[in-house]
Amino acid sequence: MSRIKEFNLPDLGEGLTEGEILAWLVKVGDTIELNQPIVEVETAKAAVEIPAKWAGQVQAIFHPEGSTVEVGSPIIAIDTDPDAGPVQGSTTGAPASDRPVPSAASLAAVEVAPAEGAVEPGLIGGPAPGGRTAVLVGYGPRTTAAKRRPRKDTAQVTSVPVQSPPAQVVSAPVPPTATPANGNGRHSGPVLAKPPVRKLARDLGVDLGALTGTGPSGSITRDDVQRAAAPAVEPSTVTTSVSSAASFGTDREQRIPVKGVRRLTAENTSRSAFTAPHVTEFLTVDVTRAMKALNRLRERREWRDVRVSPLLLVAKAVLLAVRRHPMVNSSWAGDEIVVKEYVNLGIAAATERGLIVPNIKDAGRLTLRELADAMTGLVQTAKAGRTSPADMSGGTLTITNVGVFGVDTGTPILPPGESAILAFGAVREQPWVHKGKVKPRLVTTLGLSFDHRIVDGELGSKFLRDVGDFLADPEATLLAWT
Amino acid sequence: MAKGDPGAPARGRRAAPRSRKATTGDPELVQLLTPAGERIESVTGPDGIEYRVDFTDEEYRGLYRDLVLVRKLDAEATALQRQGELGIWASLLGQEAAQVGSGRALRTQDMAFPTYREHGVLYCRGIDPIMPLGLFRGVDQGGWDPNEFKFNMYTIVIGAQTLHATGYAMGVAMDGKTGSDDGEAVIAYFGDGATSQGDVNEAFVWAGVFNSPLVFFCQNNQYAISEPLDRQTRIPLYRRAAGFGFPGIRVDGNDVLATYAVTRHALDNARLGQGPSLIEAYTYRMGAHTTSDDPTRYRIASEVEAWQAKDPIARMKTFLEREKIADAAFFTEVDEQARREAVDLRERVLAMPDPEPTTMFDHVYPGGSPLLDKQRAQFSRYLESFEGSVH
Repeated sequence: MSRIKEFNLPDLGEGLTEGEILAWLVKVGDTIELNQPIVEVETAKAAVEIPAKWAGQVQAIFHPEGSTVEVGSPIIAIDTDPDAGPVQGSTTGAPASDRPVPSAASLAAVEVAPAEGAVEPGLIGGPAPGGRTAVLVGYGPRTTAAKRRPRKDTAQVTSVPVQSPPAQVVSAPVPPTATPANGNGRHSGPVLAKPPVRKLARDLGVDLGALTGTGPSGSITRDDVQRAAAPAVEPSTVTTSVSSAASFGTDREQRIPVKGVRRLTAENTSRSAFTAPHVTEFLTVDVTRAMKALNRLRERREWRDVRVSPLLLVAKAVLLAVRRHPMVNSSWAGDEIVVKEYVNLGIAAATERGLIVPNIKDAGRLTLRELADAMTGLVQTAKAGRTSPADMSGGTLTITNVGVFGVDTGTPILPPGESAILAFGAVREQPWVHKGKVKPRLVTTLGLSFDHRIVDGELGSKFLRDVGDFLADPEATLLAWT
Repeated sequence: MAKGDPGAPARGRRAAPRSRKATTGDPELVQLLTPAGERIESVTGPDGIEYRVDFTDEEYRGLYRDLVLVRKLDAEATALQRQGELGIWASLLGQEAAQVGSGRALRTQDMAFPTYREHGVLYCRGIDPIMPLGLFRGVDQGGWDPNEFKFNMYTIVIGAQTLHATGYAMGVAMDGKTGSDDGEAVIAYFGDGATSQGDVNEAFVWAGVFNSPLVFFCQNNQYAISEPLDRQTRIPLYRRAAGFGFPGIRVDGNDVLATYAVTRHALDNARLGQGPSLIEAYTYRMGAHTTSDDPTRYRIASEVEAWQAKDPIARMKTFLEREKIADAAFFTEVDEQARREAVDLRERVLAMPDPEPTTMFDHVYPGGSPLLDKQRAQFSRYLESFEGSVH
């Protein structure tokens, strides 16, 4: 008995593969009319209302609001003849005379039982002759592996399902996700990628040659490029983006789908933590002089409208120290170490969407004033959720200002591809030995993680020491170093 | 509306009741029925020509019926696309009057060249409204005979049909089919965005220079997908005609009466051998460009609301009610007919069979071709090589 019809999400706009359920306009049990709007779906192209394909009663809704659904999978089941009595076991129970006589139309509608995820044979999206799926309009192709249709002379040509891409294109086993290859993983042959993907890679500053494609025949897809350009992240002490108004079920556990920024954060941190051998060092510094210098800076007429924060001084300290120790501004590329003359200074920012790390391009060339403006702009953009992928890619060295959360320091995880990250702790008044006496001074603790493959303890210590020296006495170090 | 030429004299013709000569607010816009449903007896356009229509009650009701049916069938097609039964659909919502007004002004012998949105004109030409749905379902290439219905195939390429129409119109003139009251005329449909195409401007040049019997009918629906009109032109579009040496006029495209009057006049000029003209039917695309488009991304709701108040069907209904040309029973009957035809359309679309793979070899050449015959045979053998093959 199959008067129950499942409606599959159609391709709403020429070649789409998925859509997000924005809102259900009906609920289970509702009686609906033909063409009554039942659901609002957003695709890459538009947010549209879908009208009901059949009149009847809503039997089941398969996907909640907010879920992303593949084109061609069922989203709702409609009982097209709800007056005909219960669906299950209707042959027993009430005598036939008690039930309304089904109309010819409803009988015809009952004829074909759509299988799971399918529509009736002959219709678009349904099975077409020869076991294929009709895809001219309507539903996208099936996601299951393509099967070769059996030929009539099957003596030699067996019907083996085609599951893997042709082997001649990629020689190495294909990892599940695209990762920047480590030296020997770099492709020697031509890179397979469609022109829009190449353009995306160029826009995001991603080297296609360093990627391993996950697309057909090992080609590089948009996702591969976007993953490679994903924001570098470190999770040390930043809060998660889990809603504080968490709703717990009866088991007092809440299950939050891992997606978006959270997924990227997880991927990047675990990748970095288990590939780059991290070493973390700490240094506690008396920054009273520096804070006084900042106050004097704020009082200057030309700096009146500028946001001057302790983080600005830390950024300056890092940039100056990099100049004295360029090796910390480098990345590990398997057979070689890439040392960068430019510093794309990453600033970790906690946003509503989660942790993102935009960076200031070529920050080493900026004056202090330009640096201050760039940092203000970067943080505002991040808080507004408008940080572009380009802003988040290509970072070379990162600062994470965990002090704003009131903690002393942390052991940050390196953003992938970077070899040093500095945690800047809270600046607080503490007892400190100053000129032979214990005095209340403004003190902070720095934590520097570095990649031991590139940076040895000596170099890391010297670098951290220089950052600390600048923060302890900015005027004198400026005079001494520049 | 009854078949035949509604412009021809008929008994029982009603002069526009309690009508008066009125200004339309926009001196450049020919209007015979205001958005409030007020009837204007006649309007002298900026071209000095007096535009008027004299319809019988039956004809007024017929135009109303056309508008409602065309809108309903279009809405059904949009729903079918949303339900996965059509690949794409370009809705005409809001442009019914421009299409019905111009479509009904055509005489049987006149030839029309549509875009892909002229479902209303297609309907007026007497073509089964299911025909374009086969095209957008991908089961055929458009199933009507252009010669039988004097309505060319839908053209997806923007503006290309204006050149086809120009060539056709030149042929009509060369055949000596113009120069009389019963001569032939040609109409080319296009949109505001197409006026930026080279094709359309070339068509203007040729039709002007060869004095072709052609009416360029531009439905200015204010958007070329997402690009607003001010990105297409710095002057009103109808004035462009002056530069090509033929008359241009702007009509209220949401006014079915004015559109009819203006189009009929332009067609008559063409059939008499007086050359081409440009009509700018000033209207608004109430829906999306196509079902793949989301207009809320590039236009504001208040603009849509303002045009909602100028709805072509609402003003016609107000007029019919106020003048007691139609009663409640009539409106109910029209709505019921529209509903029935929509259901019928849906059922027939769902029943459309998928084409056989080998049909792609058919209709390529009128008399077939040995090369294609060979390819068809090869392809059939290939299909038959599979198990369970039905071919």
